[in-house]
Amino acid sequence: MALLQIAEPGESTAPHQHRLAVGIDLGTTNSLVATVKSGAAEVLPSQPDDPDGSRLTPSVVRYFADGHVEVGAKPKAEQAEDPANTIVSVKRFMGRGMADVARYGALPYKFIDAPGMVKIETAAGVKSPVDVSADILRVLRQQAESALAGPLVGAVITVPAYFDDAQRQATKDAARLAGLNVLRLLNEPTAAAIAYGLDNRSEGVFAVYDLGGGTFDISILKLTRGVFEVLATNGDSALGGDDFDQAIASHWRKQHGLASADQRDLRRLLMAARAVKERLTDEAEVSTSIALSYGQTLNVRLTREEFHSMTALLVNRTLLPVKKALRDSKLAVEDISGVVMVGGATRMLHVQSAVRAFFGKPLLNNVDPDRVVALGAAIQANVLAGNKSGEDMLLLDVIPLSLGLETMGGLAEKVIPRNATIPTARAQEFTTYKDGQTAMSMHVVQGERELVKDCRSLGRFTLRGIPPMAAGAARIRVTFQVDADGLVSVSAQELGSGVSAQIDVKPSYGLTDAEIATMLQAGFAHASADAQARVLAEAQTDAMRLIEAVDAALVADAALLDDAEKQAIADARAALLAVVNGDDASRIKLAAEALSRSTDSFAAKRMDRSVSQALKGRAMSELN
Amino acid sequence: MTPDFSKNHFALFDLVPSFELDLSALEAAYREVQREVHPDRFAGANDAERRVAAQWATQANEAYKTLRTPLARGRYLLRLAGIDTEEESNTAMPREFLMGQMAWREAVVDARESGDIDALDRLANEHRVAERALVAELAAQLADLSNEALLQGAKLTVRKLRFLEKLGEEIDLAQEAIEGS
Repeated sequence: MALLQIAEPGESTAPHQHRLAVGIDLGTTNSLVATVKSGAAEVLPSQPDDPDGSRLTPSVVRYFADGHVEVGAKPKAEQAEDPANTIVSVKRFMGRGMADVARYGALPYKFIDAPGMVKIETAAGVKSPVDVSADILRVLRQQAESALAGPLVGAVITVPAYFDDAQRQATKDAARLAGLNVLRLLNEPTAAAIAYGLDNRSEGVFAVYDLGGGTFDISILKLTRGVFEVLATNGDSALGGDDFDQAIASHWRKQHGLASADQRDLRRLLMAARAVKERLTDEAEVSTSIALSYGQTLNVRLTREEFHSMTALLVNRTLLPVKKALRDSKLAVEDISGVVMVGGATRMLHVQSAVRAFFGKPLLNNVDPDRVVALGAAIQANVLAGNKSGEDMLLLDVIPLSLGLETMGGLAEKVIPRNATIPTARAQEFTTYKDGQTAMSMHVVQGERELVKDCRSLGRFTLRGIPPMAAGAARIRVTFQVDADGLVSVSAQELGSGVSAQIDVKPSYGLTDAEIATMLQAGFAHASADAQARVLAEAQTDAMRLIEAVDAALVADAALLDDAEKQAIADARAALLAVVNGDDASRIKLAAEALSRSTDSFAAKRMDRSVSQALKGRAMSELN
Repeated sequence: MTPDFSKNHFALFDLVPSFELDLSALEAAYREVQREVHPDRFAGANDAERRVAAQWATQANEAYKTLRTPLARGRYLLRLAGIDTEEESNTAMPREFLMGQMAWREAVVDARESGDIDALDRLANEHRVAERALVAELAAQLADLSNEALLQGAKLTVRKLRFLEKLGEEIDLAQEAIEGS
């Protein structure tokens, strides 16, 4: 049903014009970029260095003293040379503070405590996890633009479903720093379900078990005629394949008395542990020798049985979130039609047998578990970019962790419960507790625990200017909103006086839009004329698309408007046309915003009408 | 301007206000509305349309959540009838009911402390049975939305169901605590 022509993304572009959009799986261990070509999703080559033809770009970044940066297979292979400046598994540090990273055990980096998120001191200067992730994403963007021979319209970036607001915001910031237009943050298990569901035309309730390099997610999804409805999600954003490597490495250290191994040797042990772990999927027993510093060689041997028993607890840890997700979805194991296995770590045989035993269902792993997330993200990116009407596909995802406010006594009061379908909003009223109180501080937290100190702090803000009243007389309405990316914003208003305050819950490390713009500008500094030309061209294109969209809407639905409304839109349209061919990008943007605003109520009316027609259409088809 | 949400949740999905609800019809209508309004449909649209889409999708989610479960639906029907269920303000409950609740809670705490998962499963079952009985009672009280006396009686049933909902949450937490230990 194409009732909302102006709404169909890409409607205003010529039908033959394919808009380049990609899905990016920004993984703990590997990252990859995929796109939809001639109707099929495919992973793009990881140029220039794809030694094994895997199309995976290792998520490894090395910083050099002269400021240059290497990303991918080369720094991965050479990581033991310079552990302190070679950042691996940076995803585990996104949106995390000093106390969080301390839990990962001995790491070779010089961490710097910074508000909200750690930073790392490297040879090329202090880098935040956002900077490091942006360096990876920049390489992926270049790979895609060279493979597709053109600039990208936008990208869908995947995140673990169990990522909290700080981790999501950090990911989005990294993508913007890399010069990507983020079409959507998409949960990894949901992306995998898209790749599976659309391929296999499945219906029913599925579990997606996603064990990656550093994160674990479980999502329960209901698939009905192209609608992917997430019923519940759970996970552990600090549990993944890396922990299995650590278990092997620490076993060897104990076994061979290497308690005080230096950072390079630790890296060598971890690299060998990973290789042995991977080989144990096909071999019952693996022997290898590890060349350590000072000419020392370590001969190690590990059987599959030993490996499985030393990591049984890690596998069991994944089953707790599985049980919680099932309980939250109000379903029993018997209700699950199949289990989709995602993430390289699900190649481990004891992981597979534990999941099979728990669900008693066949495991779906016929799509490469390393690629399935990127492929699903590419399909979604293609829809969002407007290359396909997307009529037959709809994603309804949820927020993984409850949102709340700190109340008296350090307690967290939940305002939006976990597993609420997004976008969502919820208002709650609070009051003052002192006579004459004129300000009220709010502390926004995320998590399931009762005490604020056990939840993640997302931000604090203050509502000022409350008229002095007796304690308990003020009525302060706090509104939480969560958008379709799972990002949170909070506003507060005193209902009697109308005084209000609003924050986008920016993580405490505080990258503002302006800061991102400055950082981007710095990146363009060597080509600032190009950058300006690009900004102008984009503003002009956007403006022309807006005019076309408004015209199409007017042709279809002018009857919904009265004369005054029509005139207001016509005036704003003329004002935009008058400036669009000039060279002042900011004037064009202002005029475009004005035209957009003048169509606000028109958009609302058209939406109301299209919904009621859709429901009538359903009622008719049910009668037939 | 914001969309017209003066329509109630039932009207939003083109359904007749009623406690007895065809859940599959509700689900289908919800999906139909989301297909039209979800922000993913408007990724390439202008700001005005994106704003409207986000508001609509939020409203559809809220309405669906409210109508899907018996307690929320019952509470909502009473609100439409202008009746406050007084769940925050009215703590006067029949003595017998409260005694039963206290006994249940103690049993949950005991089972949790002794790690007795079977006892918790039994409690969860009893809880389901009790909840079902109350939902049936509520259905009878809300069968005729013009019967003021019955609607007044439904207030207490809603408050009782709210107690049971909290008890259910405690049973879940206890099960989690035992599984995690």
